[in-house]
Amino acid sequence: MRYLGIEPVKPRVGIFDFSGCEGCQLQLLNKEESLGAFLSALEIVHFREGSSEASDDYDIAFIDGCVTREDEVVRLKKIRSIAKLVVAMGSCASFGGVLRHRNYIDLDAANREVYGDKPKETGKTRAIHEVVKVDVTIPGCPVSKTQVERIVQHLVLGVPFHDVVYPVCVECKQKFNTCMFEKGTLCLGPITRGGCGAPCPTGGLGCWGCRGATVDPNLKEFKDLALKRGFSEAEIDERLAFFGGFEGITCASI
Amino acid sequence: MRIDLNVDVKHLTRVEGHGNIYVRIRDGVVEEARWEVVETPRFFEVMLKGKHYTSAGILTARICGICSIGHALASIRTTEAAFGVVVPERARRIRLLAKHGETLQSHSLHLLFLATPDFLGLPSAIPLMTIAPDVFALAGRLKGLANRMSDLFAGRTTHPTSLLVGGVGRMPPLKEMQQIRDELHKSLDDLRVATEIVQKFKIPDFTRETEFVSLKGERDYPWIGGNLLSTDGVDKPEREYLAMTNEYVIDHSTSKWAKLSRESFAVGALARFNNNHRFLHPEAWDVAHAVGLRPVSHNPFHHNLAQLVEMVHVTHESIRLIDELIDLGPGTLAVPVEPRAGEGMGAVEVPRGILYHHYVFDDDGRVEKANCVIPTTQNNANISHDIEELARTYANTSTTNEELSLIAEMLVRAYDPCISCSVH
Repeated sequence: MRYLGIEPVKPRVGIFDFSGCEGCQLQLLNKEESLGAFLSALEIVHFREGSSEASDDYDIAFIDGCVTREDEVVRLKKIRSIAKLVVAMGSCASFGGVLRHRNYIDLDAANREVYGDKPKETGKTRAIHEVVKVDVTIPGCPVSKTQVERIVQHLVLGVPFHDVVYPVCVECKQKFNTCMFEKGTLCLGPITRGGCGAPCPTGGLGCWGCRGATVDPNLKEFKDLALKRGFSEAEIDERLAFFGGFEGITCASI
Repeated sequence: MRIDLNVDVKHLTRVEGHGNIYVRIRDGVVEEARWEVVETPRFFEVMLKGKHYTSAGILTARICGICSIGHALASIRTTEAAFGVVVPERARRIRLLAKHGETLQSHSLHLLFLATPDFLGLPSAIPLMTIAPDVFALAGRLKGLANRMSDLFAGRTTHPTSLLVGGVGRMPPLKEMQQIRDELHKSLDDLRVATEIVQKFKIPDFTRETEFVSLKGERDYPWIGGNLLSTDGVDKPEREYLAMTNEYVIDHSTSKWAKLSRESFAVGALARFNNNHRFLHPEAWDVAHAVGLRPVSHNPFHHNLAQLVEMVHVTHESIRLIDELIDLGPGTLAVPVEPRAGEGMGAVEVPRGILYHHYVFDDDGRVEKANCVIPTTQNNANISHDIEELARTYANTSTTNEELSLIAEMLVRAYDPCISCSVH
């Protein structure tokens, strides 16, 4: 069936999980109204959480989670050697997500605290791109299924994908939300990459920056705004560090 | 006849997280049979240290991609217990509706998408799209409604955005609540069809005497807070959860194990049903009868049946809660929070069983110490002992390796394990 004059390919897809909550791959089974069409556009040949079939012949690998142990490095390198295209799916895969916090604690002490005299093998948190080459990055905690669908459409049709270049604020305004700063809540919406539909400001939480920095963020203006609204540098830094997407950016560095 | 059997399942499929099943039978004698959790340790409790109370629920929600609403609610309850916060009426109802949305979402995912393929001889639910499109559509409708309900009352199904310490972040719009209520009414028809599907399942006839732990219902089927109860007669207040869980570390698993009166115990839908069946909605009770579930059931495969029963119960209760919320109308959704040094414990029944959070706070409301006890952590030892008993049951029958492997996989899957969660 041709679509817009293009013959869609049905890529063989593998979905793989590493360290994380596996919430991103679960999004693939959501949005039930278009689930049938989504699954029909792909040939899913490896999806441990959803299916007992497991093939080592796939074109696209979706990676959920980050790397924290050596056996994961071996598994990830094997996947990279098979897949033509590797997609880092979610904040953990993209830049470590909340598990980036592990890199600021003493892992040996943590191991002793949790497991006593039977410590388990573990290591620092690494994003997927820190271990193998990544072709497409979809950040978000969790990823937005709408955005995954859009990217899959592009992959199936062989059309290049361009991520949004505006911050979360744009989508928040489209929802007619009152600005979180007006409500006295700290919000990273002005500097965080959009594409999520602003669920966190809409819910009342404010943006925590799970998708990382937007294109060319105005960090200086944001810092001045947040300080003027009475938030401390410590609060702003804690928020910037929360999902690992602003690594290296602090009030001191802005 | 001399029987040798081997089962070696690496990274069990259609469950959340990474676990292995290992069985070795020689000459009809079980030499080894165990459940191993090989998930990577994440150290959430250590990451929590130093975090402000406003981030604890956001961080701990990320322990689990399926029961993130449950983690957020347990975290908030724990924090509110430490600070002495009393939550407004509307927020209490909205939170319980978020909880119910998650139960419906998680149970429909597990029962219809992950467990059902075993009973139909399929590798996954995907082939249903062509061989039984009506069943696939029904599963999609039930899960889709549950997701939209969770989105409405928690802000988002996975990693909620409107569950806050002190209350909730927004009142769901009236029209959307009415629509979800009407859809819940209609979904009872789908649940009747689901009951007919489940009635046809050939449930393995396997039982092992088990101690079941859940919240103790006083007037309702319990979900958030209250006393802790076991079928062996242990009854403790929420704050004494450690006496209920008794976690310990073993060599071949990155998840801890737990025990109570016996060598292991079980939590989850079946435990809740066994302990609190008298509070079920009459129609849920009818469904239990229709699918052959009677309290107290010691057949672990009945976790699947108890999930269906709970879906019917929770659907009815959600319709009532939405009506109450609409009658209450707009009003206070959150109270101001004054952090103080202190300690709190919170217990919440999440889809896979009872979940505990426990924090110690300093004067500024920062976490000094944290402990989270996960349902699957509590189930792991019981799953392993079930596998041993299952191996003994099949050791001298004309079972093939493949058959024993499948039934052992189905057994673990019935617990709906959340393995990443158990290694948090």
